[in-house]
Amino acid sequence: MVGKKGKKASQWIVFAVLVVISVLALAPFAFMVISSFKPGQELLRNGVNMEINLDAMSWKNYWTLFTENNGIYLHWFKNSLLITGMYTGFSLFLSSIVGYGLAKYDFKGKNLVFAIVLLVMMVPVEILILPLYKLMISMKLIDTYLGVVLPFMVSPFAVFFFRQSSVSIPKDFMEAARIDGCGEFRIFFSIMMPLLKPAFGAMMILQAMNSWNSLVWPLIVLRSTEKLTLPIGLASLITPYGNNYDMLFPGAVMSIIPIVIIFMLNQKAFIEGLTVGGVKG
Amino acid sequence: MNQVLFEIKKSKKHEVKRWLNSQKIVPYLFVAPFILSFLLFFLYPILSAFVMSFQEVLGFGEVNFVGLKNYKNLMNPHYYDALSVSFRYTFWTIFVLIPVPLLLATLLNSKNLIGRNFFRSSLFLPALTSVIVAGMFFRYAFAEQATSLANQILGWFGHEPLTWLQDAKTGMLAMVVLCVWRWMGVNIIYFLSGLQNIPAELYEAADIDGANVFHKFFNITVPSLKPVIIYVVTISIYGGFSMFAESFAYWSYRSPGNIGLTLVSYIYTTGFNNADFGFASAIGVTLLGIIMLVNLVQLMFFGFFKKESE
Repeated sequence: MVGKKGKKASQWIVFAVLVVISVLALAPFAFMVISSFKPGQELLRNGVNMEINLDAMSWKNYWTLFTENNGIYLHWFKNSLLITGMYTGFSLFLSSIVGYGLAKYDFKGKNLVFAIVLLVMMVPVEILILPLYKLMISMKLIDTYLGVVLPFMVSPFAVFFFRQSSVSIPKDFMEAARIDGCGEFRIFFSIMMPLLKPAFGAMMILQAMNSWNSLVWPLIVLRSTEKLTLPIGLASLITPYGNNYDMLFPGAVMSIIPIVIIFMLNQKAFIEGLTVGGVKG
Repeated sequence: MNQVLFEIKKSKKHEVKRWLNSQKIVPYLFVAPFILSFLLFFLYPILSAFVMSFQEVLGFGEVNFVGLKNYKNLMNPHYYDALSVSFRYTFWTIFVLIPVPLLLATLLNSKNLIGRNFFRSSLFLPALTSVIVAGMFFRYAFAEQATSLANQILGWFGHEPLTWLQDAKTGMLAMVVLCVWRWMGVNIIYFLSGLQNIPAELYEAADIDGANVFHKFFNITVPSLKPVIIYVVTISIYGGFSMFAESFAYWSYRSPGNIGLTLVSYIYTTGFNNADFGFASAIGVTLLGIIMLVNLVQLMFFGFFKKESE
């Protein structure tokens, strides 16, 4: 029914809609960058807005950000890097080995373990925070990085993901290695891990992103100012009597940059990591 | 002599190693990290949350069993506020975050689209920010001054400036906007990957039958995406009811008139600020119950269980 002209027109409408939506998605980033050059007092007085007064804008805020309070922001940045690195490393290693075990071996209780993995995925961690907090107190892990990382180190989601990714790898690889006298651990480390490389890539990015941005649990575990992570440190700057408003937006901008760079370099892995959750179900 | 002992030790060590490496034992070693973490950081806390919900937890490790007192205490205005905020927030986020990304994914999937990758990436970028960082922008964009972004936009339509973050309705809008901005791209990706699994022949057959765009959308696209839609609704219910960060980003711990009090922020304030662990645990137990129940109803509504038994 629709002629060639009508088809062309509809293509342009689609294009226009997507342009508008993309502008809406990107505009807050632009505002954050612009606001990061404005004096904090103006933010407090006027909120974020469309005024641009080039004369009042300067790099001064970034200088303040890195020097204020003995460079506390750099501490937070370092803490976030450290916690994200620890969490991502441990969780990838442990979750992959569990997922692989569940996918590639037959043993008593296997289905039960897998059912538990699915069950744990279904329960929001927010319910566990109080008893976990008490547990951390008795383990003396309050205000430590280990306390932030340890309880969620074996992520059920990552286990599920690695199980799904391992299932499709043929068992022949394992059999061949066994005939060559390869031990079971060696099979995992030198044969399976390389084969699971794309899965590792996808999960690494997803876990790193979650850890970099996580709020609820670190907010409970971390106490001293110099141990905070970026989101919590930034949130702590917003106080009614604070005079740190200069730092807010430069701090926000600087915290987004690393993850955006990683995203730009590995878009495919990001998207893969997100979509394996159960979409095929 | 020593040499012999050494040899025996060595062979024993070897034997243990062989036993650990046998196909019978190895799988248990592989899943052990999960089992340990499950017992210590899931089963134990969740059981103690249940137990604590029947207790009055005093300082210094003292506890009293108080029966259902904590649950009776739930009948108070704050809990109703939290329940109402969580329900409304979940409803509105699902109301927006299913149809709109579904439509946008269909547009992104259309043939001969210029700049598809650019659109997809830019729509996904907000998901990379933490709620706190994104919230920082929205908090000051929704500031009450007439000069704030939200009020400037109202001004274009000749509307009086609003105190966005002081009022229940606009406060809810602010939280939903923050969530929608961050999460839109993720749901688009979910739907896009679902769309790519729909065989093109279905659409070709429909073209031959003279079906128009809307017929195709409602008769092919939506039914084919049903599993993805169910998945997204399930995680949205889960995320909606356990929301805390969005509210925290706008108001920290306490919001004016409880407009940002969610079930989880109620757990947080009762547990950590008032140190009433028993009562906070009771709230947590009801939260778990609500999420399970709502998801069960939703899955039944979509006929998720029927499909499996057929």
